[in-house]
Amino acid sequence: MTRLERREAIAFYLFASPWILGFLIWTLGPMLASLYLSFTNYDLFTPPQWVGLQNYTGLLTSDGEFRSAMFNTFYFVIIGLPVNLVLALATALLLNERLRGITFFRGLYYVPTLVPAVASGVLWISLFDPQYGVLDAILRVFHLPSIDWLADPNWIKPAIIITLLWGVGGGMIIYLAGLQNIPEQLYESAKIDGAGAWSRFFHVTLPLLTPTILFEVIIGLIGFFQIFDQIYVLTYNHPGEESITFMYYLFQTAFGSETNQMGYASAQAWIFFVIVMAATFLVFKTSARWVFYEGARQ
Amino acid sequence: MSLTRPVTAVAREHVVTPRRGLGRFLRPGTLYLLLILGGIVFGFPFYWLVIGSLKDQTQYNQFPPTWIPNPVHWQNYSTLFQLLPFGQFLVNSAIITFFVVIGTVASSALVGYAFARLRAPGRGILFGLLLGTIILPSEITIVPTFIIFAKLQWINTFRPLIVPAFFGDAFSIFLVRQFFQSIPRELDEAAMLDGAGYFRIFWNIFVPNSWPILATVAIFAFINTWSDFFTPLIYLNNLSKMTGAVGLAFLNVEHGGGSSQVTLQVMLAGSLIVMLPMLVVFLVLQRYFVKAITLTGMK
Repeated sequence: MTRLERREAIAFYLFASPWILGFLIWTLGPMLASLYLSFTNYDLFTPPQWVGLQNYTGLLTSDGEFRSAMFNTFYFVIIGLPVNLVLALATALLLNERLRGITFFRGLYYVPTLVPAVASGVLWISLFDPQYGVLDAILRVFHLPSIDWLADPNWIKPAIIITLLWGVGGGMIIYLAGLQNIPEQLYESAKIDGAGAWSRFFHVTLPLLTPTILFEVIIGLIGFFQIFDQIYVLTYNHPGEESITFMYYLFQTAFGSETNQMGYASAQAWIFFVIVMAATFLVFKTSARWVFYEGARQ
Repeated sequence: MSLTRPVTAVAREHVVTPRRGLGRFLRPGTLYLLLILGGIVFGFPFYWLVIGSLKDQTQYNQFPPTWIPNPVHWQNYSTLFQLLPFGQFLVNSAIITFFVVIGTVASSALVGYAFARLRAPGRGILFGLLLGTIILPSEITIVPTFIIFAKLQWINTFRPLIVPAFFGDAFSIFLVRQFFQSIPRELDEAAMLDGAGYFRIFWNIFVPNSWPILATVAIFAFINTWSDFFTPLIYLNNLSKMTGAVGLAFLNVEHGGGSSQVTLQVMLAGSLIVMLPMLVVFLVLQRYFVKAITLTGMK
């Protein structure tokens, strides 16, 4: 290594030091610590007690609340995420039109994503009200029986997905950017080759959008696996077995109850971490087959 | 994975080619109808929020709903501020957000420069780790992080929320790094020939030429911090320290418990107060928001 190279390397480590330190203090250290804690009982006050695999076996075999949390979380990921992705794409296609006033509509569709989850939750409690809410008013117009969205175990999960769909603009705007990156010439040449509208959508638009779709699936997976705010607000901090999510259960175990069960919570975190990573890995692994990279390069 | 130059959603609007996208299937009239229907779905909740926060109990309990409250019942807002110190909550949110934005922008710029320009053994591995942390679910670190702050006696201070921001945020670092790489190398080489050190180059060449990306990072930090609920919820439980979101959630639990004072109208007033700063900032900086968000459209 020459003197200049060494100087550059030292500069690199100085400039990167905030993140390197941060990675050690806030990521790697805590990850290892939580792995260790997951094999202990720890309440913050008395030293951790080694219990071996007890936390894990307890969670996986005899904890009904954990099972509910798992089930509900998977419900949100498997149903909520695809609906969200499709709706985001549909609105993006609509807003990609060059029409007068389209900028206004883009802003309007996007604004709900900026509403903090707690504020939006409160608003939706009012909209979902079984007696005086808007949704109930709509049902009444069609002479349908009213639904107690938030109290009925069958409707609470769809209700939470609806509140999340109000914020579909976040995904939409990223699709919109992806759509605007598709060169117009591709459509022109497809047209000359005799491709119809549907054929152009499936053979030009969709393939060129797959990198954006992959990005949204990855981001969406993490987001939907971590649903918490809406649960806390829409159930008034008292979710039942039909609405508790993984993140809420972890919160309750570690911080919510009178005893802080840090070991048990850490075991939950690790089980969940493995699941989320496996899902993300699976998506990446299959992406080679459905993501079209060639044309996306400019 | 690479990032494009800033792509603005508005840039190409002036070009008139009427029949593309959905326009190949649908007439403009149908398109407008769909746009307006969607506009109602996305916009109506805001209208409902405003009128709901201005109704008294009788007006609220009417069917069909009262669309324009008369008389206007402003008392919900005064009740809100009497029940809980919402002014203080908003100040707390603003303080935390301010420092997080400063910390994130400063640290991400420094680290982004290192990854964009400086060569060193181990840089590739570190960059891989950086990308990995972008998709790392936060729950895996929550418990030990909480223990650290509890041992430091930092519970019920703003420090657990502010201090980590000064260590850089992986996604922001990534964005800055991509942008810095697009700055021509001749600029730093020329400066180096003039005897400028790395920090001078960073400060005099990279920072002044990168305000769009730094603004983007700042906007993201602002949105995420103002809206954040989980982190302030676990660290701040003292009434004088709560943020707007935590205070509103606290009041909401009272409302759910059947408190007669905390009516749904008061809750709606609180909801509006908590979201208003975000909406105002959005309306003022709308162009930059769109730029910032589309900038993350990865390909």
